[in-house]
Amino acid sequence: MTIKQTFHKLGSPRSFDRLASILIPWFLSISVLLFAAGLYGGLVYAPADYQQGDSFRIIYVHVPAAWMSMFCYVLLAASGAVTLIWRMKLADVVARAIAPLGASFTFIALFTGSIWGKPMWGTYWVWDARLTSELILLFLYFGFMALQAAIDDRKNAAKAGALLALVGVINLPIIHFSVEWWNTLHQGATVTKFDSPSIATSMLIPLLIMFAAFKTYFFAIMLIRARAELLWSERKAKWVCEHPEVRR
Amino acid sequence: MMEFFEMGGYAVYVWSAFGLTTLVLVANVIFARHLLKRTKLQITGQIRREKRIGTTNK
Repeated sequence: MTIKQTFHKLGSPRSFDRLASILIPWFLSISVLLFAAGLYGGLVYAPADYQQGDSFRIIYVHVPAAWMSMFCYVLLAASGAVTLIWRMKLADVVARAIAPLGASFTFIALFTGSIWGKPMWGTYWVWDARLTSELILLFLYFGFMALQAAIDDRKNAAKAGALLALVGVINLPIIHFSVEWWNTLHQGATVTKFDSPSIATSMLIPLLIMFAAFKTYFFAIMLIRARAELLWSERKAKWVCEHPEVRR
Repeated sequence: MMEFFEMGGYAVYVWSAFGLTTLVLVANVIFARHLLKRTKLQITGQIRREKRIGTTNK
């Protein structure tokens, strides 16, 4: 099979559905294992921070969620680009599946950050660049979902959503570099920088495991949602009507 | 064991952060599964309706 044929086959709704139903249980079980290991590592194995004590352990949910909030947005915008350029139905389906997850991760990042801020900064919230740009990210996700829900015509909804997602990309570098560009209470990058990470290995390993857990979790849930979106948008197609999971 | 739950005096903050995260992640699993299940049922309903219309027309 040529590369083009392989690509075409993967892009066909039916093979996507089949592949997704195989992958979902794998992603789910691997993510459960990683969460177990990561939580043990973060809550028990990692030593307390010499300045922040045990409160630093919030990092193990806050930072992976924040990374995922941006990763989801990159995927959302990429699907948007594919939707606009190639009018690929699958891209729209994936974008619809990503948005609520991206919003959830952003919400977790904001909420746990706020909880962490109280004992460390003395306040739950400040209107500084990092926190505000992350809040804007949450509104971008909400805007995407609202737009998709408000437009009845599926193709127009996909186009409008894709456009919004692409325009919103400008927010990503702002979030990432906000801690360097502006004065802020939020600390700078400790892991995602060019120097070696300024975090002890015993603290870093659980963080990376939690990150992998969040990521596999994301793919599992995204694929479940994408399957639902795809089956519904293809409900008139023969392969859906004859689908073994659809009872007649 | 008690020491573990006390989190060096930060119990309220640490456990509420982890609790909320768990809540949101578990809710997402439930919502996604529910969405897939409901979609399949809707498609089933649609096929049955079309079958009914099809037989009355004949």
